[in-house]
Amino acid sequence: MEYLKPMEPTRIPSNGDSLFQDITLAPDIPIYATTAAYNKDPCPNKLHLGIGVYRTEEGKCHTFNVVKQVEQTLANDLSADKEYLPITGMPEFNKLSAKLMFGSGSPAIKESRVVTVQCVSGCLSLRVGAEFLAKHYHQHVVYLPEPTYGNHPNLISAAGLTLKTYRYYDPKTLVLDFQGLLEDLGSALTGAIVLFHACGHNPTGVDPTCQQWEQIRQLVRQRGLLPFFDCAYQGLVSGNLDDDAQSIRMFGCDGGECFVAQSYSKNMGLYGERIGSLSIVCKTADVARRVESQLKLIIRPLYSNPPIHGAAIVTAILKDRDLYQKWTNELKAMRDRLVQVRRQLYDSLCNKGTPGDWSHFIKQVGMYSFTGLNKDQVDFLTREYHIYMSSDGRINIGGLSSKAVPYFADAIHDAVISSLPSSTLA
Amino acid sequence: MDSVFASIVQAPEDPILGVTVAYNKDPSPNKLNLGVGAYRTEEGKPLVLNVVRKAEQLLVNDQSRVKEYLPILGLAEFNKLSAKLILGDDSPAIQENRVATAQCLSGTGSLRVGAEFLAKHYHQRTIYIPQPSWGNHVKVFTMAGLSVKNYRYYDPTTRGLNFQGLLEDLGAAPAGAIVLLHACAHNPTGVDPTVEQWEQIRQSMRSKGLLPFFDSAYQGFASGSLDVDAQPVRTFVADGGECFIAQSYAKNMGLYGERVGALSIVCKAADVASRVESQLKLVIRPMYSNPPIHGASIAMTILKNSDMYNEWKIELKAMADRIISMRKQLFDALSAK
Repeated sequence: MEYLKPMEPTRIPSNGDSLFQDITLAPDIPIYATTAAYNKDPCPNKLHLGIGVYRTEEGKCHTFNVVKQVEQTLANDLSADKEYLPITGMPEFNKLSAKLMFGSGSPAIKESRVVTVQCVSGCLSLRVGAEFLAKHYHQHVVYLPEPTYGNHPNLISAAGLTLKTYRYYDPKTLVLDFQGLLEDLGSALTGAIVLFHACGHNPTGVDPTCQQWEQIRQLVRQRGLLPFFDCAYQGLVSGNLDDDAQSIRMFGCDGGECFVAQSYSKNMGLYGERIGSLSIVCKTADVARRVESQLKLIIRPLYSNPPIHGAAIVTAILKDRDLYQKWTNELKAMRDRLVQVRRQLYDSLCNKGTPGDWSHFIKQVGMYSFTGLNKDQVDFLTREYHIYMSSDGRINIGGLSSKAVPYFADAIHDAVISSLPSSTLA
Repeated sequence: MDSVFASIVQAPEDPILGVTVAYNKDPSPNKLNLGVGAYRTEEGKPLVLNVVRKAEQLLVNDQSRVKEYLPILGLAEFNKLSAKLILGDDSPAIQENRVATAQCLSGTGSLRVGAEFLAKHYHQRTIYIPQPSWGNHVKVFTMAGLSVKNYRYYDPTTRGLNFQGLLEDLGAAPAGAIVLLHACAHNPTGVDPTVEQWEQIRQSMRSKGLLPFFDSAYQGFASGSLDVDAQPVRTFVADGGECFIAQSYAKNMGLYGERVGALSIVCKAADVASRVESQLKLVIRPMYSNPPIHGASIAMTILKNSDMYNEWKIELKAMADRIISMRKQLFDALSAK
């Protein structure tokens, strides 16, 4: 997990020196360092299972056909201009995004209790939400699941909030440490903010069941904790957008308050367009209105107003029945490929008789999988097989083609066998 | 149970953007929105430059294009070309690799990232901004952790530059203080120093070790020439000293809502520039991770293709000329009255 520590200010330099003479060279952020190393590697069999970007079977970057279609239409629309969006972004985009997450029948939406603002993808949605909480909420402690997306600690602490963790993944059983989760949230500071991954937990691929979510919800509401969802994989986990939003909807529909940061990077392949939203579900419409006005004061000195293009693409797709259908079909196909590759990997390891239980590959969901490999084994994979992944053992299933599965299975097998104590090999 | 945000107050509308909200609500057929800084055609319509539409068509028809995440610092080629645009093709600072550039979210984003970097790495936490300045400047700097002071700039009695006051106030600033300078076409006054006055400002600032932070949002709009409008920035850089430059393509490429801009930090040495660049990433990563691809791709397409670059210059000059002729027309109309 990367964690960026704050720097001390530099000394006052003498004449002729750079004013930034004492600045140190910052180390590369781990995930970028992995990508840089992969790019340099000349081996033709190399695999990049590090960064969370979906690839086709041919290992190519993936753009949705429906997105290409919409972009053609947008480029040919001479009536469209490039005027500044409102501070809170494209209104239609905001409405449709809220509906996508909370459901078109959501009472919170009907009662105008949901504020949704377009942000510069998931990251800035989290940052803006965190800045808002730092400014307006009485509790400045955020509980993050252990482990979590590498950039979460940075985004949240940069806003001035304090970080704590709650148990989430059990490295021994490779599943949810539900008991530990309940205990830690049960003893959390009253009113503390709790970050949840809505679905497709990054990096583990381990999600609570529906029943477990309901228990979590009751505990959160009982203790007056404030839930903050990170929703970056809606549609990519079960293949169904509504099912993947269940956790959010449970909280959004119980009359309580919550925050949701949404990203279209993966589920619409819009990565570099930086399109997402922050939604805040409030107790009343009046509070929602005041909250929205205060959000503008945070956004205006940060970037003034968000970029048009990604929002225009999402809006066009969400509001048109045919395009929406095309999108959901492509999304389901992507998700089905992820499931199929997981199954293939599991079957290969079983057939090879690789020591260990590999069923977590098929039990885990979404784009990522915690392989269960330790740091030494990960290093072995990189050194011997030119396979690049996160040092915590996470792989991006979306970066693995079915053609590459046999090679990857061989590598895992080799890594596991090589790290067994020599007496067991006899 | 009450909302946890029950005591939040309604924030007032943004002074500038709130004018547009009020304008939109107004039913009068004669209404004029002269509030927000967005160029309008003779017909009062927003303008998308022809060369921008052309660039978009090229991008959309390019089958090899992908939407992957950009690097944290953005499109490398866009950054190089942006630095060249403001500093000049033959800038020694560029040739000596002394410029660290990051693609940011237009001018606002560039200013904010620069300010956050300074709050984190610079010994002086005060920035002097001209009185008056763009309405959003104060908030951008204070939210980043800097404190804001003013230097005299506009003289309401002469409706010109209060040059004496400017020199006095910058002369009294503590050594090393950051000074915000509008590169050209000062917002909101339209009053710019002359070439000679810029030279005096430069000398005074360098002798006091003040750090210039240029806000360049109108390059090409003031005089109609990109090079002429960049002169103040270039004379500061030519003296070998350091400076920050926030660049926006909102107005001069009409890319407003695509949020295209760049922050350049000109350093004394190449080694410093690469360290600065590495630290810029640590400011950006916990903010928005990496910048948006579309607008910067349009700008890059135009900047790197010499025909399109020339087309752009012509369209830009036409906009600048129309503004200059409007000023003359208004002056004439009032004089005639």
